This record gives sequence, structure tokens and C-alpha cells, in this order.
Amino acid sequence: MLRVDRLNVIFGLGAAKNHAVKDVSFTAARGDSFGLVGESGSGKSTVLNCISGLLANWDGTIEVDGSPVFHKRHMSFYRKVQMVFQDPYGSLHPRHTIDQTLKEPIAIHRLGDANRRVDRVLREVGLGPRFRFRYPHQLSGGQRQRVAVARALILEPEIILLDEPTSALDVSIQAEVLNLLQEIRAERNLTYVLVSHDLAVVSHMCDRIAVMNRGETVEIIDRRQLQSGSLKERYTRQLLTASKGYDRAAIDQFQDF
Amino acid sequence: MDNHLLSVKNLCVSFPSPKGAVDAVRHVSFAMGREKIGIVGESGSGKSVTGRAVLRLLPPYARVTAGHIIYQGRDLQSLSEKEMRGIRGRGISMVMQDPKYSLNPVRTVGRQIREAYEINHTVSRHEARRQALEMLEAVRIRNPEQVYHLYPHEVSGGMGQRIMIAMMLVPKPGLLIADEPTSALDVTVQLQVLAILDDLVSQRGMGLIFISHDLELVSSFCDRIIIMYGGRIMEVVAADRLHESSHPYTRGLLNCLPKIDGDRKPLPTLQRDDAWLEQPENQEEVI
Amino acid sequence: MTRKQKIQGARAWLLTDTPDSAFQAAAGRFYLGLLEFFHNRLAVVGLLIILALITTAIFAPQIAPFDPVATDLANRLQPLSAHHWFGTDEMGRDIFSRIVWGSRLTLYVIILVAVIAAPVGILVGTVSGYFGGSIDTVLMRITDIFLAFPKLILALAFVAALGPGIENAIIAISITSWPPYARIARAETLTIRNSDFIRAIRLQGAGPLRIITKHIMPLCLSSLIVRVTLDMAGIILTAAGLGFLGLGAQPPSPEWGAMTSAGRSFILDQWWLITMPGTAIFVVSLAFNLLGDGLREVLDPKSDS
Repeated sequence: MLRVDRLNVIFGLGAAKNHAVKDVSFTAARGDSFGLVGESGSGKSTVLNCISGLLANWDGTIEVDGSPVFHKRHMSFYRKVQMVFQDPYGSLHPRHTIDQTLKEPIAIHRLGDANRRVDRVLREVGLGPRFRFRYPHQLSGGQRQRVAVARALILEPEIILLDEPTSALDVSIQAEVLNLLQEIRAERNLTYVLVSHDLAVVSHMCDRIAVMNRGETVEIIDRRQLQSGSLKERYTRQLLTASKGYDRAAIDQFQDF
Repeated sequence: MDNHLLSVKNLCVSFPSPKGAVDAVRHVSFAMGREKIGIVGESGSGKSVTGRAVLRLLPPYARVTAGHIIYQGRDLQSLSEKEMRGIRGRGISMVMQDPKYSLNPVRTVGRQIREAYEINHTVSRHEARRQALEMLEAVRIRNPEQVYHLYPHEVSGGMGQRIMIAMMLVPKPGLLIADEPTSALDVTVQLQVLAILDDLVSQRGMGLIFISHDLELVSSFCDRIIIMYGGRIMEVVAADRLHESSHPYTRGLLNCLPKIDGDRKPLPTLQRDDAWLEQPENQEEVI
Repeated sequence: MTRKQKIQGARAWLLTDTPDSAFQAAAGRFYLGLLEFFHNRLAVVGLLIILALITTAIFAPQIAPFDPVATDLANRLQPLSAHHWFGTDEMGRDIFSRIVWGSRLTLYVIILVAVIAAPVGILVGTVSGYFGGSIDTVLMRITDIFLAFPKLILALAFVAALGPGIENAIIAISITSWPPYARIARAETLTIRNSDFIRAIRLQGAGPLRIITKHIMPLCLSSLIVRVTLDMAGIILTAAGLGFLGLGAQPPSPEWGAMTSAGRSFILDQWWLITMPGTAIFVVSLAFNLLGDGLREVLDPKSDS
């Protein structure tokens, strides 16, 4: 469904040159959920931005559904690939009601039947028609993130890119949103690419996980490896230790990678 | 209550709003010694407001009432603003979430730490500088002389937060309130910063109030945990007995976390109960 | 239902958190803004003065007791009296009537300048901010050229080239007042451009035209409205200044600036000739400033959510 091969991104020129993504390759089959995990500056979000088309200065190959995508995307691309952002407060237009936000993509792609589509997708994300004419500031963080999911779903895409979809939410809300994402994936047979810094979230959501550091893939593991701790790379092991909570003795063993 | 470092009784905070007053903190009482105590809750639980109310750092329109807020035998409510300034810094210090907003962007970090020391101690500039460098070393900055001359935008997030801690600890406070001090940092850096805090607290015999949303982290780091919801204390538990807690809110918070070795089943969601907000005022805790 | 219940019902309908229609949502939002605006007493005073100005302009023929341009040399330079409330000028014209009729000219200038300058400014600013690169450079250098001249001097130059007259004065003022709006709109666009909601709409296939007009412009609009309102005072003063220098409205039209100019030779003995139109300019300018301040509190997008 999605194939990324030797993706490279370089920001800046000369002395300020920053090789943000180095030879990153992975594939995700239809219905798969692929995780990208790493710390800040690891390039995980940059990879996502290249796939989505927000970034144009990349080299390499990105294939969606067997056909390569180019730097300038065709309108049909946006009906196949959609994205959910991290910050539920920043990803909705503050002056548009939920109704306006959800009808916009329908108008862009001239799909018609807007009212029925909006109604259905709102129900699907568990919000219902009561929320339809509210402004974002009348919603809680979790509700906003549900709207963001609804907006991604309304074009009926096949791939959804999730950029830290729950890291700005309280843990109880995170659980609800993660459950929602799982349900929708099962129902619609969607392909997910999930970016997160949280190993537990990635392990809960994804089958295969690429661990990234400083723009490079450290290793690609499956979740069973994560659970059993049979990891090849020291970096991944350190990340796993760190995600298990505060342990004074272990911290002294930490290295910079 | 005399041997407590800080004792808060019946603290209430409310904010006026066009739709009526909002109670941010309701009848919160706790007491602590020289220990690491965690305040955990979701957004809107009143955990940050509680920390700020102790230091009287809330905006003037906030209505704060309390039976008492006693720090080392003095009721902070009875102090004048001038006396309060003496408490802030040398008595109780506070570290906030984002060092970018807490450091003055046009002064070198060294100068800011030095000034933090000079406010509370009348010493020569040379001595203050020595203290500042020593403090930078204490937060394990490898090249303090170099970092001393850097501006805040030239340091990374993790180093910025260490500098903040250095600045807050250089007046040698008796109690440090850390409000989500590491939430903006990567996990490994977060743990390293916590280790520094931990070491300093135990070396100096300070008290620490660690405010966080991360229950698992707090339980592995602190001695006792105060769990807050809707402005009230749900329960106070010893950190090592957290997983034995029977309070439905605590259990709910623990259960809804995804786990690395968990199965793929839907996560149990937290069912909130309005009855939690109506329970009688909780009793004063004794160490 | 009693009246009171009806009012309470309407209030609940407006303030609900669960509106049933797009209209109710918009009305509720407007009502909250209104409530906030009426908290600011001075802004309300400003609004009332401006409403009074508009009423005066509309009903000028009914309000003014005399013909504003009819000369009556027998009655020249009469002081304030029950007959001539604000006295008469050097041609024996009733000053009160002239000020009442002059409000039409003032309003005319303000409305036309706002209608010309604000849209030009917002268009240049949003396009420049959204596209960046060479488009931004070209548009912003043009803006800079206009900004580099003192406003009044540039307006003077334009009027000198176009010839004196109220229409040319309006064109000149408009040409000199759009650059600050372009700057503001650009600055707003630069912060909005990189926000997640703009990225999201880009990822749904929206083109630049849709993004700029439907997503960016509405957000720039509020700060622009505030700025235009605050600038109104300056526009009135520039128009009056041009009138004062004889380059705006031509005699005998009752333009306030031209009136103060004509009155200046009598300032010592017949003070009312210059004081009355001067006060009118002052009061209306102040009113726009007060209104602008009030609007800023209501419309400032930073105070949202």
C-alpha cells in the first residue's frame, strides 16, 4: 500500500546543512499499522511530512498503492492519504464551525451530499449531530481530536498518517482516541503510519515499528521484540528502559547516541 | 504540624468568569516534610493552581482562601508582599515547564543565575559568579565556564531545564515546587534531569513538590503521591503502594494507559463519577 | 410568555453550547462579542458619537437651520446666539449648518478610504505572506516605497498631480494608507500560514485561492478592522489637513478642514470660526479611537478560546 525507499531530506545549505532524514526505507501493506518512534530531532515527523506532501524537497521514492508520487501531488492523492495532527487546539480553524470544517473537503473535491456525509462521519467518531454547529473553542481537547479524525475520514482515504495524535491529550482521553483509531482501522481496513515518542502507544497500535535517531533508522522491529526485549541495538534498549519509569541506577548508564 | 516543612489546610481557589465562579481547587489539605511528594492529575485537576497558590503566584482576580499555609512555622497568608518575596527563592522556589519562557532571552544564563543568587545574598560579584558556576556544575553541565556565557536560545531544551533548576536552586531554598519540569523533554533527557533533581534534594535535605500528569513517572520518582481530580484530592498514597490503590479514579488512570507488554484489546476508559467531587473534606495527612 | 421569560429564552438560545444551526452559532458568537463590547464604557461612548455623526449626515437637510453655502454679508462674523448657535463666518454663513453638512463630507471620505485602502492592503499582505519568495519581495518593496514617504507629503504630491478636490483627496489618502494594512495582513499571514489548520486544508487539496480567501483572510480581518478604525482619526485629520491647505474640498463646500483654514485669520477676535469645526474634528477622531480600542478587545483573535 505504501512504500518508502531511500528517502532523504536535507534542510539548509553550506554550514547550516542539516541532513534531517537519511536513507529511510519501509513498507506498509494494506490494513497495516506502521510505527515511527524516536526522540525529538530524529526525523520521524519529517518522514511523515514528505509522505503527506507538506514537504517538497525530498529525494527517494514514495509509492502509494503501487504508483509513485511526485513532488506536486495530484488531487486524487488527497483522497487516498490523509493526516491527523498532534495539537487538537491548532489543527482546527478557530473561526469555522465543525460543520464548515467538515464540508470544506467535500466542496473541494465536489463530492456532493455534504449533509449526509458530515452526519455520518460525526457519528462514526462518536460525536453525533449535537456537535455539528459548535466552534472549536466550545469543545474539549479530546472532542477536537475526534473532529480532526472525522476530517481525515470524510474523504474516505486508504492511508491515514498520524502525527503524535494523542500526545497533547490527558491519558484518559488518549485511551478513548486510541480505541477510536483502532476501531476505525478495523472497520475501514485502513493503513496507518503512526509517529510517536511514546513506545507504549506505538506498541499498542502498531505491528511493525521503525526506531529512528538523528535521521536514520536504527532498526525495524515488530512489537513482540519490544515486549520480549530481544532488541539488537543499544539505542532501542535504552529507549525501552527509559520508557519504564524512573530508575536512578539505570540513568547513570545512559549514553548519548 | 509543627515539624512539617509545609502544611496546607483547606485551600480553596476560585476564578470568576462570565458564567459564574469556577472552583479550581476545593478544600485541599496536605502536609509534607523533607520528602519528594508528587501531585498528579489531568488537565483541570487543580494541580498547578495548588502549587502557585502556595507561592501566591496566582493572578490578583483569583480568590484564594485557606485555613493555613504554613511553611517552616510561618503562615504565608499573613505575610506582606515584601516578606513573600523573601520566601520566594530562598524559602520556596519553583521550576516551570518551559525554560524558553522562564529565562530572559537577552541575558546570558550565567548572569541570570548569578543575579538569582545576589538577590538573596549580599556578596561580591566574584563570589556570586563562583556560586553560579558551582551550581551549573551541580546540575551536571560539563563545561560550566562556556555555558555561563551562552544566551538561552543557544542551549537545548534539556540543558535549558537544567539551567532553570540551577537558577532556582542557587538561593538554596528549603522547598522546590516543580510544575511539569520535564514534560517538554525527551524521555531519556527527562530522566537525566530528574536524576539531578533527585540527587540535589537528597544532598541538601530539601522538600520537593513534583507536579505532573504522568502517574507512572511520579510513582517511580516520588515518595508519596497526591492524586487530584476536579480540584479535590482523591487520595494520598505511598508511591510504592500505588498499584494496590483501590480508589476508582486512580485505578482508572492506571488502567487506561497503553502498555508495552499489553494485548491489543481496547483500552479500558475512565468512567468519571460526580460523587468523587462530593466526598467529605479529606483529613490532614501526617507523615 | 411574559416579556421577561422571552428575553431569558432568547439569551439561553444565544448562549447555548449546543447550537442547532449555523445561524444560531453565528448569532451566539456575535452576542458574546456584543456583551464584551458593552463592558467597555468608553467604546460605547465612541460608538454613540459615530452613530450621531451618521444620523447627522443622513438628516443634514432636516437638522441644519440654514443653507450652508448661502452668503449673507450683512450678518458676517456674528458671535454665538440663539439664532446662530455656533455664530457665522466671514461670509455670513451659519457655522452650525456648515458643520452639519460637513459631516457628510467627513463620512464620505472615511467610507471611501476604508473601502479602497483596506481591501488593497489585505490582498497585498495575504498574497505576499502566503506565497513568500520573490512575490513577497516584490510586493513588500513596493509597500516599503510607499511607507518611506510621510503620509501627508505623499498625499500632497498626489493631489498636486491630480488637481485639488475632494475625490482626488480621497484617492490620495487611500494610496497612502494601504501599506500599513498590507504589513499587518502579511505579519498575520506569516503566523497563520504555518499553523496546523492550514496544513490540514492543504492536505485536503485546497488551492491557494481558497486558502487565502476562506481561511487566512477571515483571520486577518479582525485585526485589520481594529487598525482601520484606529486609523480613521488619522484619515479625518489628513483630509482636514488637505482641506486646510486648500487641496481638499474646494470652497464653498463645508469641509471641516477647509473651515478651520478659513477661520485662522480671525482666530484672535472671532474664535468660534476655527474652534467649532476644530472641535468637530477632535470629537469624531476621538470617537473612532475609542471605538477602535473597544473593537480590539472584542475581535483580537488572541483572546479567543
